[in-house]
Formats: sequence, structure tokens, C-alpha cells
Amino acid sequence: MAHINIDKKSYEAKEGKNLLETCLTLGFNLPYFCWHPAMGSVGACRQCAVKLFKDENDTQGRLVMACMESIRDGMFLSVDDPVAKAFRSQNIEWLMTNHPHDCAVCDEGGSCHLQDMTVMTGHAYRRFEFKKRTYKNQYLGPFINHEMNRCIQCYRCVRFYKDYAGGKDLDVFGAHNHVYFGRESDGVLENEFSGNLAEICPTGVFTDKTLKDHYTRKWDMTMAPSICQHCSVGCNVIAGERYGKLRQITSRFNSEVNGYFICDRGRFGYEFVNSITRVQQPLIRREMVGFDEKRNLYDNLKTFFGNQNIIGIGSPRASLEANFALRQLVGEEHFYQGISENQAGLLRIILETLNSGKIHTPSLKEMEQADAVLILGEDPTNAAPRIALALRQAVRRKPLEHAQQIKIPAWHDAALREFIQEENGDMFIAFPIETKLDELSTDTIFSSPEEIARFGFAITSYLTNDVSKPEGCDETMMKRAQHIAEIFKNAEHPLIISGTSLCHEGIIRAACNIALALRLHKETASLSMIVPECNSMGLAMMQAPALDKAFERAEQGKVNAAIILENDLYTRNSKTAVDNFFDSCQHVMVLDHLHHATTSRASLLIPVSTFAEGDGTMVSNEGRAQRFFQVFMPKNENIRESWLWLDEFKQFKNGVNPQKLNESANLIEELVKAMQQFKGAETVSPPSDFRINGQKIPREPHRYSGRTAMLANVAVSEPKPPQDEDSPLSFTMEGYRGIPPAPLIPFFWSPGWNSVQSINKYQIEVGGPLHGGDPGKRLFTEEKISNLDFWEMPAQDFSPAAGEVEIVPLTHIFGSEVLSVYSAAIAERAPRPYLMIGEKDAGDFDVAEHALLRVKIQNQSFDLPVRIKKELQPGLVAIPFNLPSMTGIGWPAKGTLSKIKP
Amino acid sequence: MISLLRTMGLTFLHMFRKRETIQYPEEKVVLHPRWRGRIVLTRDPDMGERCVGCYLCAAACPVDCISLQATEDENGRRYPEFFRINFSRCIFCGYCEEACPTYAIQLIPDFEMAEYNRQNLVYEKEDLLINSEGKYPGYNYYKVAGLSAGIKGKGEGDNEEPPVDVHSLLP
Ligand code: SF4
Ligand code: SF4
Ligand code: SF4
Ligand code: SF4
Ligand code: FES
Repeated sequence: MAHINIDKKSYEAKEGKNLLETCLTLGFNLPYFCWHPAMGSVGACRQCAVKLFKDENDTQGRLVMACMESIRDGMFLSVDDPVAKAFRSQNIEWLMTNHPHDCAVCDEGGSCHLQDMTVMTGHAYRRFEFKKRTYKNQYLGPFINHEMNRCIQCYRCVRFYKDYAGGKDLDVFGAHNHVYFGRESDGVLENEFSGNLAEICPTGVFTDKTLKDHYTRKWDMTMAPSICQHCSVGCNVIAGERYGKLRQITSRFNSEVNGYFICDRGRFGYEFVNSITRVQQPLIRREMVGFDEKRNLYDNLKTFFGNQNIIGIGSPRASLEANFALRQLVGEEHFYQGISENQAGLLRIILETLNSGKIHTPSLKEMEQADAVLILGEDPTNAAPRIALALRQAVRRKPLEHAQQIKIPAWHDAALREFIQEENGDMFIAFPIETKLDELSTDTIFSSPEEIARFGFAITSYLTNDVSKPEGCDETMMKRAQHIAEIFKNAEHPLIISGTSLCHEGIIRAACNIALALRLHKETASLSMIVPECNSMGLAMMQAPALDKAFERAEQGKVNAAIILENDLYTRNSKTAVDNFFDSCQHVMVLDHLHHATTSRASLLIPVSTFAEGDGTMVSNEGRAQRFFQVFMPKNENIRESWLWLDEFKQFKNGVNPQKLNESANLIEELVKAMQQFKGAETVSPPSDFRINGQKIPREPHRYSGRTAMLANVAVSEPKPPQDEDSPLSFTMEGYRGIPPAPLIPFFWSPGWNSVQSINKYQIEVGGPLHGGDPGKRLFTEEKISNLDFWEMPAQDFSPAAGEVEIVPLTHIFGSEVLSVYSAAIAERAPRPYLMIGEKDAGDFDVAEHALLRVKIQNQSFDLPVRIKKELQPGLVAIPFNLPSMTGIGWPAKGTLSKIKP
Repeated sequence: MISLLRTMGLTFLHMFRKRETIQYPEEKVVLHPRWRGRIVLTRDPDMGERCVGCYLCAAACPVDCISLQATEDENGRRYPEFFRINFSRCIFCGYCEEACPTYAIQLIPDFEMAEYNRQNLVYEKEDLLINSEGKYPGYNYYKVAGLSAGIKGKGEGDNEEPPVDVHSLLP
């Protein structure tokens, strides 16, 4: 702790921080542009000037940039000094000489850091009488809009895009006062984190293009704390609504999870909520025995629940509440996980390992601290993008340590980059093809899933004698394995990343083993397992049998009716198997919010809410239980939370009084009572009757407009605002105006700070955790509770027979996730179907790039254009995973290739 | 007693003063141009819609009786998709006019808006938009903004340099 003196008052400050961070942490409103808490300082904008004095007797002082000064004990400075103030105001005036008269049509307006800083410094009138500089804009793809005139040359965009996120196609061009921030020429921004530019850029140069299509100012949105639904990382997001449509997703700071950034799938995938393919009303199909669409829903529900043997099929993309309500409705022995046996098996291994107490599952923040990384059979950039961004920071850790040795301060970004250059820490990757992170890796192994698994076992064998060397690994592979084992033994924070993308049990077992073996050498061993969907971990923790078991049961004729919860079974198993299952059920009830292949097989289709219209809890791949809150009340009264419907259905089944409906919070308590493994999940948010000074927390900013006009076209008397019984948040602008508890922050705002930069005010120290601790509760135990030893190599080898090929599923950030692909912008970025094939196989089949090949997988044929990848091993072909036109495949899969006769 | 008589006297004298009340509606009230009455949406000199859908009037409105949704034409020019004022709530404070950066929304000297049915006091854009520039002729926001929205190209505005040539290193 250092003592510093600001404006003749003494404060305590942390040594090693810079002066700007410290002033902001202490609550001073000091304007800045180029500094960012996650990216450090470069001193480019000259905005954060303060007066620094030699000692207390110095009256002259000198102007310094606060972001470029380290905290030293006994510093004397002044923020309020007239010279410093004038300097800051003049600096803005200079920036403004070229700034366009755009606020009214600028999407940044109302959440603009430049507006905030201009007001803060007091610059109000333009004195500059000459012309303004202008630029031409570029087309940057479906995600980001470009309006270059508004740039203030702070360099944040390129520092984030190139330096932080590893993007290649955004840069600064030109010279002197003509610098240009954009691409070399028009084109789609390729980086998976391009959406963050909208938040990083302090002006309206880069803005969210999907928001532009239905533009709403920040102050006009009804917002709620939410959790991203598009992968297993569980990034915290803020979702905003206006006029019954979801308008925008922004990052919600959580220092443990996503920090300041989210990926483009999470930011732009929200539009499935507004999709025209939403299920709008209950649908009753007559062709099913005993049903009559003329009768009302309730009579038909009675018919449905008159069935014996009703089974429930849960979903990894539905909340814990919804899955539990279904389990309660049908009974434990009739509840099935809505995932294939293969996936369920992988998740069982993952859960047992992560929950053994021997392994540490790192948060993203901890991942950034790893000094040696092994990615075994997984492609984080596509399967869990935010993890890839964390890994990009992890490889800098070792070089950063070297920089510390020559005393470069940790915040001094420009100096650090200069010092580090291209130096990277250790990262090893094993995957069938090249992945985006390969550019950072020390060594990459391109192999089949079987060989990757063997390679993992080989690494383990060098870490412990309890695991024997696998057979069939060649000499060079063993050498590489030994090398990795050595590095991991010596690393301080080794990290293993693996996951279910390749649907391969051997890989999962190998990754677990490496982490378990590392435990023999270190205090902690970190293992992060990427699982398929947002609540895959939560569903797996319920330990229900998999879908295949339900299919078997149906085959034996022991299923009369099935309730399918938010799930398209055709994405889970082979088309034939799913068809057979539906054929053998008399009645099928589907609860979902979007129409898909499974809803078309439903005799009873119930419309349910998406994450934006309901509350729920999910468990991320880190085992972190997190709550998402309803953003708005849907106008359509048919649309209700799955758990609400399912809870109500109990009256048909058990005759429970429908008046006694359970609210979400109570359901979670019941869940914890029923299943101890969820203990802690009930504490992730304050209870629904939580109040501050007797007040709820408003979802709407205090400047929310149009309250008395937005519904006046329907009826001039304003209706009573919707009530929220399930949470301490209200659907209005009235309520507690201070900083709410971290899990309940609906938006970031502070007087004078309208932009996202107001996050500063919500943090204990700038860049650190939120007041009261970051939201979410980790459910995995850290105490050793099991005697889990090492996993064995799976017995049966999944090698294809003669004439067959093994099919590798390749997950894509855009396209492979079922919900986000309903958003137009994401769909535009999804790949066209393809068949990836190695050079040798391409030669054998005598096909060239783009030629069509027919692949037959489990009774389905796909004619796909060929992409030749030289690193893909013979006997392996890869196809994109789960594209809308390529479902109905049970994984892992084999197939046969044939040429199409012209 | 004296004050009582004096009061009566004064009142009596008023009978010979000029009358303040007028025979409305036969006789019309004289209103000043800046009188704050019925709200209209005006047009720019090219007769395009002036409102750019910036939401500032809605935010400034103390009774929150303005609601709109911005949209864009094929040139990127913003305009309101719908624009609604609930006059049964409006207090004619004129804050919206003050907030408007484009002179689009204006209060005009007209108060004759009485309705039997309150619902008829809800005005949509069709009811608000007039074919005139109103009190502030000659102003076209898109001419002075940096945005190119079909009104002018980049760098062609009144106060603009031609677009920067990024490839040039000349000062
Ligand atoms: S960047 Fe900010 S200051 Fe500039 S036009 Fe946009 S809203 Fe206004
Ligand atoms: S585009 Fe935005 S982030 Fe980049 S330099 Fe300009 S103002 Fe800064
Ligand atoms: S990394 Fe996953 S959870 Fe995070 S924003 Fe992207 S898709 Fe959503
Ligand atoms: S303030 Fe003016 S330009 Fe903005 S929305 Fe209102 S009327 Fe339109
Ligand atoms: S924030 Fe300090 S110079 Fe830019």
C-alpha cells in the first residue's frame, strides 16, 4: 500500500497500478479514452492529464498523463488543478474539431464515452471555424457498422482486435492526421470477437449492425442480467428489449467468467427470439388418436395425461428449473436426458473427474494465468470461443514474466508489446485439422481422434507409472509426448483443455488422465472440459439415462406418450432412430419456442418462452450455476416458461391444485433438496422477495421514454405494468437507483457515465470483481471426495471397416449451434455444407476441390462439395457439425463415400 | 365599512372598462407564433421528413407521452417508422421542441384539439406530419451531419473537406 495525496487529501493506493486506474478506483471522474482496464495504457489520447508535484511544497507542478504514471508512495498530485482541467477540456476541443454533427443519428448516442467525457470536461461550444476532415466508410460484414468520420484516434480498436483478440484484418492505415481504422479493403471482419469493437470503441465508429436494424437507445431498453445461451462457457450478458422485441446483447462484466468481452455468437445470436419461426400458440394435431383440435387445450391435455407410461425427455439447452419440473411431472424413473448415449457417457466421465476433488476446473480468469496449455482434441475457437480468447492471453504470461524482470510495469501495454514481440508461452494442440489457435502453438499434432487419445495416454505414461504406454504410437509421437510431459511437470499453472466436440471417449479419458497424473506432481492441476451446450453440465448432473435408453424402451412398447422439452431430437441421433421412436409413441408433446423437425412430429405443441421471456438457472462447463432473468413479459399470453407449464400439468397427472404454482426460486430449492449435487444453486441470486429500502430493482433506466404512449394505440389508458413474482427485478423504471447486488445488475450506468465505461463504478477496484463478489456459484467440490484412479483406454476401437471412412464432426462458431443460427446475421456467416477430405483420399477418389462427393451416413446421403485439407489423415473425412441441413446423424459416425455419376 | 364601499365602487367602475373575455368560438383568439400548442412534425426544405428518429424528444418529455421507432431507407437515411404522441398526457411544455436537434418537432399556435373520446387524442405520424418547414425554414440536418444518407456524399457537406485519401502520405 502506498500513500498518495490527491488535491490535498491523502488516500491509500496499490503500488504497481497506474495513476489513472487508481484515481478511478478512488471515485474521481478523470476522463480518458485510450486506456482500457483489460488492455492497459499506451498514452495515445492525452486526455487523462493531471498535475503532478515534486513534493508538498511544489506549487508549480507539471502535467503528466495519469495512465502513464506508476503509483509511488508519497505522490502529490492534483486532478482539480485549473491547468490540468483546461488541458483536458482543450484536448477534447481539439478532438472535436473534426467530429461530425452526428449524435442524433449515431447509434452510440446515449451510451457514448465521447459524449460523457465532453460533458465532463465542460467543452460546449465549437470555436473552430474551419472544415472537418471526412473519410469513406467500409462494409465490414453483417455484425459491425463502420462510420469512420467519428474516430478520435484512440487506437483502442486495433489494440483490441489485433493485439488482444489476434485478428488479422483490421488495422490502422495512413499517416499524420489522416489515420484510418479499418480493413485493407471492404469485407467481412473475420475475427470471432469483432462485436466487442462496438463496446471498445469509445465513439460511434464501430457499432452493432443488428441493433441498427431495430435501433433503440440504451435508455429506452428494458434490460435484465442474463446468461449467454450459445455455448457452455456461460458468459454473462445484458439483454435489452423494446416493444416486445429483443434488441441487443452486450457483455455483462464478471471478472471470473467473461470479463469485458463476449464472442460474436453470443452477441449476435439473440435474434432467434424475434424469429418468425417462433411457436406462437398451442398446436393440436388431429391425426393423433383421441385428439380433437376443436376441443380446447385443456381437454386435450386431459387426454394426453390419461396415457400410461409417459416419459419425459429433458434438454441441455433448457434451464435446470425446466428439466427438474419435467422430472417431477413424469417421475424420476421416466425422465431421460435428451442427449445421445455417446454424449451422456462422455459427460459422465467428465463429471466424475471434475467432481472427484482431485482436479481444479479453472475459471476463464484462471485460464488467462496458465503458463502451459494443452488442447487435446478440441477447437475452442469454434466450440467455446471465449475460452480461445482467454488462451490468447495465457500464452503471453511467460513473456510477461520476463518483462517484469526488467521492471516494465504490468499496465504499460506499449512497452510490453515492444518487449515481447512474437514470443509465446507453451501451448500444444492435437486436433485432426488446423485450428485458429495453431498460430500460437509450440507444437501441433494433426491426427485422427483415436490417435489423439493414444497421444494423450502417451503423455500420461510419462507423468505416472500407473498408466502404461499405449500401443501403436510411433517413435516421434512418443518423443513429442515426452517433451510435453516434461514441460507440464515444470510449469507452474499447467492447463489441459479438452471437450466433447469430437464425440470421442478416448480423448476425454486421456485428458482426464493427464490432469489426474499432473496432480502427482503439483498442488493443483487445471482441467477445463468444453461441453456442447449452455446447460449440458446441469443436465448431466441430474444423472438421468440417455435418449438411447428411451428409444430402447419405446421399441419394447413401453412408451405410450412422450414429453419433449426444448429439444430437436433430430440433432441428437440418427434420423432413422428418431423416426422409429416417434412412430412408436402414441402421443408426443413438445414444448419449445422454435419450430423444427421435432415440433413437426408433435401431436401437442406448447409454446414456451426463450431465455429472454423467462427465468432460469444453468450450469456452465466450469460447474458454475448462474441465473438468467426474464427480460420482458411477452405480449402473447400463450408464451410461458416451460417450468410453469410443466408445473401446471401436474394437475392433470396427480390432481395437485393448480393454484399452488411453484415459482422458479422454489423449484430450485426443491431441486437442491432432491439432488444434493446442486447444493449452492439456490444461492446464486437473492430471493424473489429481496428488496433494497423496500424497493425492487428496476429493469429500465430512469430516463426510459414513451411510457404513456407506447401502448396508447391499443388503448389510451395505460395498463398496469406487468408484475414480476419470480425475481427482485421490476418491469418498470421505478425502484432502487443505487448499485444492486452483482447478480441483479440489469445495466451499467452511473451519473455522468452513460456508456459501458460506467462498469468502473460497479467494481471494487477498476478491472477487479464487482461489489459484493462476482455472480455465480461453483458447484464442483474442491475437497477430495473420491478415490478416482486413472481411466482406462476405451476397449473397443472405433476404426472404420474396409471401404468405410470415419466422419469427424467439425463444430463451427456460426452454424453449429441450434439457436443462434436462427439469427439472420449468424446464418449469413455460417459455412456452406462441405466434405473435408485429406490429400491422399482426394487423389484416390480422383476429386478436385469443390467437386461433389456423396457420403452415406446412417441411411442418409449427402452430396457435398469437397474441400481438400492436406493435414487430414487418410481414412478420415470431416463435415460441419449440426448445420441445419445436416442433422439426423448419430455421433460418432462412419460412412461410405461414392462419386456422383454425372 | 369604507373598504366595503370602495370595493363595490371599483367593481362598478369595471363595467365601463374594455372587455377581456371574447366570444369564443365565434371570435378567434390571437396567438403568438411561439405559443405552445398542438405538436407537429415538419419537413426539411426538400420536403423530406425532418425527423431522424433520434429519440431525444421522447427522452426529454416529462410525461413520457412520445413514443417512436426509428428505421432507415435504402440510403441509410433515418426516419421514424411510427411516431406517436398521446395528447391526453401532453402538458405542452415544449421540452421536445427544445431537445430536437433537427427542428422537426414543433409546437404551433393551435389548441383546438378537444375530443369527446380520449382515444382520439392519440396522434400517429400521419396526424402529426405537415407539409411545411414550420417556424425554422431552411434547415436540413443531413446537410450538416457527417453521415451520408442520400442527401450528400462524404465530404460534400457545407463544412467538410473532401474524403481523406488513405494511401497518400502528403501532409
Ligand atoms: S460518437 Fe458520440 S459524440 Fe460522436 S456522434 Fe456519436 S454519439 Fe455523438
Ligand atoms: S475507431 Fe474507435 S477505437 Fe478505433 S481509434 Fe477510432 S475512436 Fe478509437
Ligand atoms: S463464448 Fe459461449 S457463452 Fe460466451 S458469448 Fe460466446 S457463445 Fe456465449
Ligand atoms: S427529437 Fe426531433 S429528430 Fe429526434 S426523434 Fe424527436 S422529432 Fe425526431
Ligand atoms: S487515457 Fe491516458 S493518454 Fe489516453
